[in-house]
Amino acid sequence: MSLELKNVEKKVGAKTHIYSTNLRFEKNTINVLLGSTLSGKTTLMQIMVGLDKPTSGEIWFNEKNVTGVAVQKRNASMVYQQFINYSNFTVFENIASPLKILGVKQDEIKNRVGKVAELLKLSDMFNKRPHELSGGQQQRTALARALVKDSDLILLDEPLANLDFKLREELREELPRLFENRDCIVVYATTEPMDALLIGGNTATIHEGNIIQYGKTIDVYNEPINVISAKVFNDPPINTAYANKKGELFSIEGNSVSWSLQGNLNKLKDDRYTIGIRPHSITPYKQKENSVKIKGKVLIAELSGSESIIHFQSGNLNWVSLSTGIHPLEVGVEAELYMDVNQFLYFDQNNKLIKHV
Amino acid sequence: MSKISLKNLSHSYLAKQNKDLDWALRDINLEWSDGGAYALLGPSGCGKTTLLNIISGLLKPTKGEVYFDDKKITHLSPVERNIAQVFQFPVIYDTMTVFDNLAFPLRNRGFPRDRIGARVKEIAEMLDLSETLYNRASGLTADGKQKISLGRGLVRSDVNVIMFDEPLTVIDPHLKWILRSKLKELHQEINRTMIYVTHDQTEALTFADQVVVMHEGKIVQKGTPVELFEKPKHTFVGHFIGSPGMNILSCDLKNDEVIFSKTKIETEKKIKVKKNYLKTQIGVRPEFVNFSDSGIPAKVLKVSNAGRHQIVDVECSGGKLKMISSAATNIPSENVYLKFNSKYTHVYGDDWIIEE
Repeated sequence: MSLELKNVEKKVGAKTHIYSTNLRFEKNTINVLLGSTLSGKTTLMQIMVGLDKPTSGEIWFNEKNVTGVAVQKRNASMVYQQFINYSNFTVFENIASPLKILGVKQDEIKNRVGKVAELLKLSDMFNKRPHELSGGQQQRTALARALVKDSDLILLDEPLANLDFKLREELREELPRLFENRDCIVVYATTEPMDALLIGGNTATIHEGNIIQYGKTIDVYNEPINVISAKVFNDPPINTAYANKKGELFSIEGNSVSWSLQGNLNKLKDDRYTIGIRPHSITPYKQKENSVKIKGKVLIAELSGSESIIHFQSGNLNWVSLSTGIHPLEVGVEAELYMDVNQFLYFDQNNKLIKHV
Repeated sequence: MSKISLKNLSHSYLAKQNKDLDWALRDINLEWSDGGAYALLGPSGCGKTTLLNIISGLLKPTKGEVYFDDKKITHLSPVERNIAQVFQFPVIYDTMTVFDNLAFPLRNRGFPRDRIGARVKEIAEMLDLSETLYNRASGLTADGKQKISLGRGLVRSDVNVIMFDEPLTVIDPHLKWILRSKLKELHQEINRTMIYVTHDQTEALTFADQVVVMHEGKIVQKGTPVELFEKPKHTFVGHFIGSPGMNILSCDLKNDEVIFSKTKIETEKKIKVKKNYLKTQIGVRPEFVNFSDSGIPAKVLKVSNAGRHQIVDVECSGGKLKMISSAATNIPSENVYLKFNSKYTHVYGDDWIIEE
């Protein structure tokens, strides 16, 4: 089983929504499309499933060209951000509906709905109607309907976006487990890097209609091929700054921060580079012996419950720091923070990643 | 401006009440001092909107009283209470300009023209609306419109309290933090009592100096963001705040000793058990569970790489726990020992913290 996009392009009028895209998803994989709102995730999914046609290019499924084949003729399911259920059906009837359409026998329907409902903790709510359910239960029902019919392709378009924070945490953990031991390809669209990381599998970063990078999720996160991919895959956004190399010393432009280099980076020619510093590499406490100090004026301190996000100004740039624990810094004060230089990403003049050795 | 006190407040939407859950609010006692930034935090259905409506006068409580300073105002109408409220969705006049929208509450109260002009410009400046001040409101984006709503709530300087009911729901995620911090700044500038209602912990903890956490119609804790993180008074607070939330697992209390997973657990202060509990639990946040050479025997079930850290699922005879380890930690693959940071390990009796 495989899904392949070959030179797929989508234009609406003179505007290009999807630039020429080549992607191949293999059997039994979860593939995350990670990008901001309007980056093209939904359009790509609709093209994959046949709800939308590409302007040019082809979609292949199981090594067969399926471009232009109607969605009804594909064995696919889709779950949307909005909870979509039949409001006058019970939970059982909602989950059973795709099987009824396929003409599956009553006994088997009961059996299969029972199994998927147990997986999604819906067994106690068979006789309830959607309006009697919480948001999380409604979305579980929609998920159950997508899972009940052994689809080859399951598309999930920001399925957790409308859920309360705690429910999102819970379902995000359950999701990958639902697809274990299933013969299908899963595509999952999200704006949130944390979703991609915790779901795992493979990730494609997408930006303004372009697929920037595709690979194993953790590899894409650890080694973004360029600045754009690094930006898409970091929330709060990754800090970037120009830095100049002179001999063994690197220093950030317009700032007094400098540090010496290690490994192959030492051999780079003296030049101007872009460095990427993830927010969690800057903390109000020292993480490592060789951490370097950065001073700045606190603009905002946000507290998330177990983490602190500190926005500060240093030199002529605004920076973001993310740290474990609650560190309520007063707005306006001059603070000292520490950067873990071992975690910096270095990009060349073309914004391409320079690999550490 | 005034101090707000709620005394023995209870409310039920039912004519008759038989059990605890028939009450939307139960025994609320609260005092908010003048000029503070407060948040009411809880999941949907916890009673926070009911409480807000009682303060604003849209709802009369079944029992109890509301005071502004020392004046009982329980039976005053919303208008007589002199408050401002900002709702979840923008409430604005599309046909008016941004300026006229912001000036509306002041004109209604007959403020002189020159004072209105000055005040509107001041508020528009704070909210970055100056450039579009003379445009029609209908042409603005959703968050532009919500900024007007916020501005209308903030424009009058004579209100007792400004209340926000999930005001950032319609705002795009990447703009949320900007407005969130803007509100905090505004509070520091205009120094008026503000109450912010939300189910979002980041919004509540970032905005407020004091957060009131509600659960099933009751206040379970009132505290600073640090207190809610380090010392949750109720298991619900431990679970609800933080991501992942606190590990809460059954434990035994014997002779004032805490036994979890067949191991004696150290807590910062000695536990003194004064009564019999139906259930006793130990609570420790994932941030405060560490690998060690000795301690609670456990095995590693799963490691999730969350980028900035790793979330490790472990299981011991007392149950399953989550722990957070730095990204650089090498996670042992099989049998391990766990240690809890005693300073942040708490014991709960029937869901409430047992202290000393």
